[in-house]
Parts: sequence; C-alpha cells; structure tokens
Amino acid sequence: MSSIMQEMSDRALRLGVPFSVQLDLTYRCNEQCVHCYLDHDDHGEMTTVEIKHLLKEMAEAGVFILTLSGGEIFLRKDFFEILEYARSLTFCIKLKTNAVLIREAQAARLRDLGVESIQISIYSHQPDVHDAITKVPGSLRRSIDAVRFLRAQGLKVVVANVLMTENMQDYHGVRALAEEIDAKYTLDPTITPKMDGDRSILDLNAGESALQRLFRDETLVGNADEFCAPPPAPDEGSMRAIPCSAGHTACYVSPYGEFYPCVQFPLSCGNVRQQRFIDIWRNSEQLKEVRSIRLRDLSSCSQCAHGSTCTRCPGLAFMEGNMRGPSTADCEKSFARTGIPSVNLLAKKGNASTASPAPLVQIQIVPAITGTRLSGAGASASAAAS
Amino acid sequence: MNRKLYVARSPRIAARMLGEEMLVMSGQGSTLFTLNPTATILWQAADGATPLDEIVERRICAEFEVKPEDALRDAEALAEDLAKHGILVISEQPIASTPVVPQEQQQR
Repeated sequence: MSSIMQEMSDRALRLGVPFSVQLDLTYRCNEQCVHCYLDHDDHGEMTTVEIKHLLKEMAEAGVFILTLSGGEIFLRKDFFEILEYARSLTFCIKLKTNAVLIREAQAARLRDLGVESIQISIYSHQPDVHDAITKVPGSLRRSIDAVRFLRAQGLKVVVANVLMTENMQDYHGVRALAEEIDAKYTLDPTITPKMDGDRSILDLNAGESALQRLFRDETLVGNADEFCAPPPAPDEGSMRAIPCSAGHTACYVSPYGEFYPCVQFPLSCGNVRQQRFIDIWRNSEQLKEVRSIRLRDLSSCSQCAHGSTCTRCPGLAFMEGNMRGPSTADCEKSFARTGIPSVNLLAKKGNASTASPAPLVQIQIVPAITGTRLSGAGASASAAAS
Repeated sequence: MNRKLYVARSPRIAARMLGEEMLVMSGQGSTLFTLNPTATILWQAADGATPLDEIVERRICAEFEVKPEDALRDAEALAEDLAKHGILVISEQPIASTPVVPQEQQQR
C-alpha cells in the first residue's frame, strides 16, 4: 500500500468512514468452480433501483473504493447501468470476474467508464487443469482472450491464481502467462469454508509440505530465511492493534442486501433493504463487537509466540465458532512458515479428539499503488507535488 | 489581452472527500492524490462551463484573503498541474459535461 493510501486509510479509521466496500451483485455464476464458497441460486437479488439507492448511500457515507464482485457480475443484465451510475458517483471501481463474457466491446466500455482494475481468476496455464476446476470447457481460452482485450484498452488487469490440490504445481506457469499477457499476478492458496458453514471444500487445500515449499520459493517471498524466521515477541503495539480492516474501514454487502464486516466474515450486521447503510455502519451492535477485538483480549492468541506476525482472520475464527478465538487456518499457516506451533495447535495436539482444518495461507505480490500529494499553499491556489 | 480558460473534472478519475481533503485517484497509472481545501474548491467548481477567473473571483477570493491577480496566477498553475496528472481538463473553450461532484459525506 502506498504511503498516501495508508495515510488515507488511517484517516478513514479515525473518522469512522467506511473507506472500502465489496458489493456482490449476484451469486449466480457461469462457472461452477470446485472450491467456490457460494450458493449460486438466486434467492432474491437486489433490483437495479435498490442497488442505485445503496450506491448513493455509500457515496454519502464516504466510501471511496468499491469492489463489484459475485458470482459473475456480467450475468446481471443491468451491470453496465449499475457501473455507469457508480462512476457518476466517482467511486474508485475494482471488478472481480472470470471474464468469460468480456469481448472487445465490453472492454472498450470498461475503459470509457474509468474502471481502476479488473481481477480475473486463472487457475492454470493448462486448459485441461483450469477447465476441470471451473467445469466449463474452453473457459481458460475465453478468460485469456478477455485479458488481451482489456490490456489492449490500457486497463489494469490482475490475474488471481487461487491454489489448491488440483493446481498446486502450476503457479509458475500462470505467473509466466500473466507476464506474457501483460497482467499483474497475485497468488492465493486460501480455500475458505462455504458461507453456509460447510467446511468440506477445505479438503482441497494444499498440504503442509506443498505450503512449506511455497513459503521457501524466493521468487515469491524474497529472502526465504527472513520470511520463515521465528517471529519476534509480541510487543504492546501488536497487543493493541486491530486485526484487519473488516468492520473498521471496510465491509461487505451481499446481493440480498445483507451487511457483513467482510466477505469472509458471515456475521450479519443488518440489511440495507431495511436500514440505511450509514445507520448499520454506525450503530450495529455486531460491528461494535467486531471493532472491540484486540489481540490482548484473546485468551490463547495473546499468549502465542506468533502474536506479532500472525495473520489471524477474525472471520475464519468466527466460522470456527468464536470471533475472539484463534483461526486454526492461520495457526497452520504460521506453523508451515516457521516450524513453530501456535498455542492453539499445541492445545489441539494435547486434545487430539479435535481435528484441525486444512492450512490456509495468503500471499500478495501485486505492486502497491503510487501516491502523490497535491496541495495549495496557504490561502493561494498553488500546487506542489511531493 | 486576457484569455479565458475553462476547467473540467476528468471523467476518468475517482474522488471522495475524506475529512478536510479531497482524495483523487487518476485513472492513469492508478496514481493517488490528495487536494487541500483550496485545490478542492477549484476541483469542485471545475464544471467546464465557468471560466477560471470567475471561479477564482467567486469561490477562492470569497473564501480566502488573497489578491485576485495572485489567486488567478496560482489557480492557473494549479490547474495546469492537475491537468498534467489527468485530474482536470483545460481548454480555451467551454468543455462538455463532467461527472457528478462527490457530495459531502456524513461523518460519524
């Protein structure tokens, strides 16, 4: 994150502004990915009018970054109408799509509307592997064609490579493909439980030895010895720090208007069909509880050696049964990286009756956005870039 | 002879007020800027139809204690800088319509 973006995010936190929102427009999809956490049936999506009303409320609340995702966003016939309205409200728009429905005309329209970036899921550089995961023959070719159309329009494209048992060996190939088609690349070996709580798809997670190899791949992590070094002891700052932006400067709204702290944190805080967006943001008791969580208050994590470096996800902890408890997935990640078991893992080992979920990790290697400050000097209208 | 300059907000940018500052992201290279209150006034008034000297007279001189000729000179320099970054469009003719100006958001 650039220094200005970090500064703005910190300011949003101080002001209590929902700086970044992910809005899923639909859960319907034209792919049927084996690892997907969603129910793809339509249970009553918000209408065009409802979504426009919500977007206006979000703009008034101060939302700057708006990520439109799904499901597959291009399955909504009103997608461009929604996007055009969102841009008229000057949101910074990021899209997440499989891009199967993007051809030259759609790419040109996305450029005209000033979309900031488009993230496209690519699972393998090999058609048989990618198409087996999406269960749609020809889907890799369609998605890659779309990347080329978008790049030809000068749009920023991020190839998102989710890793699992089926494609664990292919990330070098996908990364090379991204370079070849002039797209940025991000790797995410995280399979999350379904939103209804079903954890069966976690069996698709890569095994511990595969993750260990990943963590020691210096093309991804830089200096592997540094990346995998034992963590420093938690200090007072880490004890006071908030765990992530969920509920603090970011939130998620489902196609049905349900308001959650994050897409990965299915704790319902209200519904925008019944309450104003800003009222839920300000007054939800659930959000207040999420905002109260600090490392020092967590009984096992506050005693853990990984406290200062752990990426404990409160949403995954919530899906394990307690948002103030450990996220075993992140404990497994810390263990795979450093070889040092967490307090939670040691406790589970002592109580072998509880089976632990498969490990989850996240690595982001997309370069940060650059930042520049422009300001008028005193009462004049001078500009100075610094 | 004084030339008339018109300024308009670029349709490719994203913008939002955050506290006292306007946060602007240029579509060109995803570069992020913050505008201070003076630059924000200019940006908000840049409707493509009002000449820059009128914006300075009505909005900037009315808000700050500054000589009109100094303010106009600084405003022209600022407008050119913002245009260089793809945030504003400058023309000697009126410019067609631009996106909605972000509204003052509700603070907590």
